[in-house]
Amino acid sequence: MNPTLDQLCDQFGRLVATGPSGSRPPSNPPAPDAPPAPIQRTEHAAKGYDLEVTVAPTAVVMAAEIMDRAGFALDAITGVDWIAQEQMEVVYDYFHPTAPGRVAVRTRVPRARPEVPTIAAVYPGANWHERETHDFFGLVFAGHPDLSPFLLPEDATFHPLRKDYQP
Amino acid sequence: MNAVDPTVRPGVNETFVLNLGPQHPAAHGVLRVKMTMDGEYVMRAEPVIGYIHRMHEKMGENRTWAQFLPNTGRIDYLSALHYNHAYVAAVERALKIEVPRRAEFLRVITSEMNRISSHLVWWSAYLIDLGGLTPLLYAFDDREKLLDLLEAVTGSRLTYTYFRFGGVYNDVDEAFVRGTRQFVREFRPRLKMYRDLVTTNIILRKRLEAIGPISAELCRKYGATGPVLRGAGVAYDVRRAEPYSVYPELEFEIPTRREGDSMARYLVHMAELEQSLRIIEQGLDKLPEGPVMGKVPRVLRPPAGDYCFAVEAARGRFMVRLVSDGKDVPYRVKLRTPSFSNLSLFEEASRGMILPDALALMGSLDLVIPDIDR
Repeated sequence: MNPTLDQLCDQFGRLVATGPSGSRPPSNPPAPDAPPAPIQRTEHAAKGYDLEVTVAPTAVVMAAEIMDRAGFALDAITGVDWIAQEQMEVVYDYFHPTAPGRVAVRTRVPRARPEVPTIAAVYPGANWHERETHDFFGLVFAGHPDLSPFLLPEDATFHPLRKDYQP
Repeated sequence: MNAVDPTVRPGVNETFVLNLGPQHPAAHGVLRVKMTMDGEYVMRAEPVIGYIHRMHEKMGENRTWAQFLPNTGRIDYLSALHYNHAYVAAVERALKIEVPRRAEFLRVITSEMNRISSHLVWWSAYLIDLGGLTPLLYAFDDREKLLDLLEAVTGSRLTYTYFRFGGVYNDVDEAFVRGTRQFVREFRPRLKMYRDLVTTNIILRKRLEAIGPISAELCRKYGATGPVLRGAGVAYDVRRAEPYSVYPELEFEIPTRREGDSMARYLVHMAELEQSLRIIEQGLDKLPEGPVMGKVPRVLRPPAGDYCFAVEAARGRFMVRLVSDGKDVPYRVKLRTPSFSNLSLFEEASRGMILPDALALMGSLDLVIPDIDR
């Protein structure tokens, strides 16, 4: 019904199936009772986005390239600290300037070693979003040119949105 | 003192750093831009932000869903109702709360009034940047009428918390409807006057035309939205791209300009004022009778999961991403603000411009600093 999204599903299907080595998407959803498939069409009226893709941390750059080729714009990058599962989630939101379709690409990394590659080479706008996410969560975006504190004070060494943060 | 460094050849590769801000009249708030200059030319302009960072997103994790609502009016303080709207609608989406039609119309009418008052502040402040002081006095005269109308129904003049989960806080009375109709009637000739006296002014045009071009592709790469994207020729408007509230029932155009320069962004703003008037008129014509609050559970515990909601704020796309773990306090509140993304392209867009032109570009981005810093 939406050709852009159908094509995306196709391409992400190949990425998730073949992907970079050792790229099995982690299977730990926010709702423990309903493990989602890596590629899911969602109801916009219920969720606010139309497609949700879970990829391996090593595949976020390839995911960004797929979105870039499909003409999507970068909406935001953010993190969620799932401290109970000892994981950090990174969410990449995309919107399309001329076609309908909102896409959320997710990945999860271990909380002990929260590192994903930067997508700033694909979307230069990611630079600021990743810097902010590093501020708030201590997520390391490998290859990012400058992860010094951005919104936080210049000497900040804390990450306030981590669930174990104590002021 | 007069010794000459033989390695420095005058006029060649000589750069200096110019600190614009953190307090600077052209920045309209505490925004610092570290500019590496070669004479009058900007080699690199690096925005240094965070001076009024308040960590709204952490505050969201420390209070109930309802208690966070007033925060949303204080992010982009000029566009408070749109921010209210995105947050309450995201929670309504999560809890499947129905909003009565009268409330939806009131949301749209007051949102568009808020858009006009926001654009008027941008317009007058921008003209001050460019050296024209008088238009502010006229624009604030018009804005005063809007603020009076909104104050009567919302209880506040700037940082509104008028929208509530399931509807709006207060119903409007006959005086509001009459006053708003009168405002629409009176504002149209004022817009014509602004066009005649300011928009067609040769000095303004020389300052803005062909200055600071931003392409649609640059906007896409940086996620720039609002008048910046529409000034680059892309008819992207969240009210149409991800329809919400009763906007699908209302007729309005999405003004665009192909030029992508500062003048294009200026003209898009001005055209949006007229479209907002159209929406307000239609909203008042169609305003149904009925309640302004729906059924809302006493304690809000959205089912676990994440929920997004985007609105077209005065500066562009504002999105709330909520993550709930089923408790009465949000697990995560992400605020995606338009000024942040719009400013992020400034470094690339301003490269090689002369300083006054770079400031004309920065003003045309319509920045609100607390919206960047959050």
